[in-house]
Amino acid sequence: MKIGLFIPCFMNELYPNVCMSTLKILKKLNLDVEYPLEQTCCGQPMANSGCAKDVEGLAKQFVENFKKYDYIVAPTGSCVTMVKDHYGAFFDDDPVYNKVKTSIYEICEFLHDVMKVEKFDVKFPHKVGLHNSCHAHRMLKLATPSELNIPYNSKLKNILSKVEGLELVDLKREDECCGFGGTFCVTEAELSTAMGRDRVNDHVTSGAEVMTGVDMSCLMHMDGLVNRENKPIKIMHITEILAGD
Amino acid sequence: MSNHPKEAAKFVANDERMHWHDKALWFVREKRDLASKSLPEWEELRSMASQIKTHTMSKLDYYLEEFEKNATAKGITVHWAKDATEHNEIVYKLLNAKKVTKLVKSKSMLTEECHLNPYLETRGIEVIDTDLGERIVQLRNEPPSHIVLPAIHLKKSDVSDTFHEHLGTEKGNDDPTYLTRAARASLREDFLTAQAGLTGVNFAIAETGGVVVCTNEGNADMGASVPKLHIASMGLEKVVPRLKDLSVFTRLLARSATGQPITSYTSHFHAPIEGGEMHIIIVDNKRTPFLASKDYQQALNCIRCGACMNTCPVYRRSGGHSYGYVIPGPIGSTLGTFKDAAENKTLSFACTLCGSCTNVCPAKIDLDSQLYNHRQNLNELNLLGAKKTVSMRAAAWLMTHPTLFSLVGKIARTIVPMLPKAMIYNRFNVWGKTRDLPPMPKKSFKELYKEGVADEL
Repeated sequence: MKIGLFIPCFMNELYPNVCMSTLKILKKLNLDVEYPLEQTCCGQPMANSGCAKDVEGLAKQFVENFKKYDYIVAPTGSCVTMVKDHYGAFFDDDPVYNKVKTSIYEICEFLHDVMKVEKFDVKFPHKVGLHNSCHAHRMLKLATPSELNIPYNSKLKNILSKVEGLELVDLKREDECCGFGGTFCVTEAELSTAMGRDRVNDHVTSGAEVMTGVDMSCLMHMDGLVNRENKPIKIMHITEILAGD
Repeated sequence: MSNHPKEAAKFVANDERMHWHDKALWFVREKRDLASKSLPEWEELRSMASQIKTHTMSKLDYYLEEFEKNATAKGITVHWAKDATEHNEIVYKLLNAKKVTKLVKSKSMLTEECHLNPYLETRGIEVIDTDLGERIVQLRNEPPSHIVLPAIHLKKSDVSDTFHEHLGTEKGNDDPTYLTRAARASLREDFLTAQAGLTGVNFAIAETGGVVVCTNEGNADMGASVPKLHIASMGLEKVVPRLKDLSVFTRLLARSATGQPITSYTSHFHAPIEGGEMHIIIVDNKRTPFLASKDYQQALNCIRCGACMNTCPVYRRSGGHSYGYVIPGPIGSTLGTFKDAAENKTLSFACTLCGSCTNVCPAKIDLDSQLYNHRQNLNELNLLGAKKTVSMRAAAWLMTHPTLFSLVGKIARTIVPMLPKAMIYNRFNVWGKTRDLPPMPKKSFKELYKEGVADEL
């Protein structure tokens, strides 16, 4: 089974350590992982800005880079959603794209659904607040959204419960948006900041020492606020916890 | 023209009030959660509502004509208005024929949409909005900021000031019971002296030819029963096929709107009162183009519960007036952009695409997808602005050149750490106004991977 590692463009540039943690988790499972060097961006920032028609080249490039793998795994729910939900228009039911679309996974989803990992050999004796980033949460359905009346499940909580010592705190608003929202964070900067602050404060007042989540974009936005305002909370990507880094 | 970012920034600037607004609406959302979770069949009801509405919209001509036939048989006069102007003219003609000088109104966002009040007022007819929230904003000469809770942006002290000025209540007395009683006493007088009542319509039943209005205060009943002339204005999407379909919607509506199991009054109007007249005006006003649109037709399935506003993290923190369109929040953003893209071009971007609205919507309208699609349509219409389209096209081009992108990334990561802080956090750095930038690592993951660091893991 061959895995293609998909790293969001901004993570490649700004968060190499988180990317390394992602790779480490997959390698620990003795998986054959490859990182295709020609990859760049999935095109989400452009598409969400109204410029989806400009990303056809990126979509084609993505499929070309990743079509040979049995699974495509990425440390993001947001970019995975872009590939799954918004590339269709460029491929006209093309079987190669359809294969890519059905074999791409956010890493926790992959560990939970495909690898069915029972235990992570790491300790993390801290109180943790889980930020459910919207695309992972509501589009990839990593957990039951609070709006729906269906039986509750959270793949992320299931995964984190397998880490020794980790204690999840209860938040007042479990799945409210942090206000990152791609270019929203600059086009509606004041509002975005207010939303981010509210999320951070919910985690802090709930007693979390660490906030974690699957999307570095949301976390980068909130980390920027935490650092600016010296909030007593540390922000870590979920793969850093699972890799024991 | 709507300018959501600017208006939202103003609303956010008053941190205390913004949080008060956010919490008030989140409280309603939580009540809605409790109510919806008390029904095991909730998700099934939502699916049924979506199916009934979608079916009805696909045969709208048939059901509207059936409704007209059955309503006429019950002694109700049905009028058709293609737009706001026609609607207002019909209302005025009916009022003028009866020499009406005062009209009491209840439960109608449609008349807001048609700007009926100023139209009638310039023709010498006094219009009294009788629902408490509506009355408050009317006295303040403001539009409603929410479709179910029109005065949710106001605190009781604001109401106290308004009532002191207009109704002569004691200055500074903001006791809600006292203020409500004052409004009630003043409105009683209006109900007794008005010669006509106008109500909105929640549902029009094709099978029976009657209309249903759901309210908590009972003002629609007063307005429809005391004066001899009752006019009911409805958008053409309000029709449902059968009486039994109604129950699906009444079970969803109040629970979604406020968390109540049902509104205090669910009033069925199926004939004029004795010796009186009843008229129904069916209004298009740019609704039919939705029927022809694959991307946006579901927007007509809306039952106006306001749940998408209550759940929207943007709405809660920017207030209804920030949208500058008659209906705010996610549903208003899609309706407004479809009707007039140039006027409302900021509204589809007043959204983080979090998807919560789509999940709470009792009619399962694909709101977040619609807002995403609007953004693409704005581009087709050249309404995004050159700054955005050029930079996005440049970014897309750069991203199809992996080596060049790596080089640009490397240059940025090398230069930024060498710059003085004041230069990085300049006025053009919108991100950096409130947020620190992430630290710039020396090497990208790609560089580390190429160097074989990954092999040692």
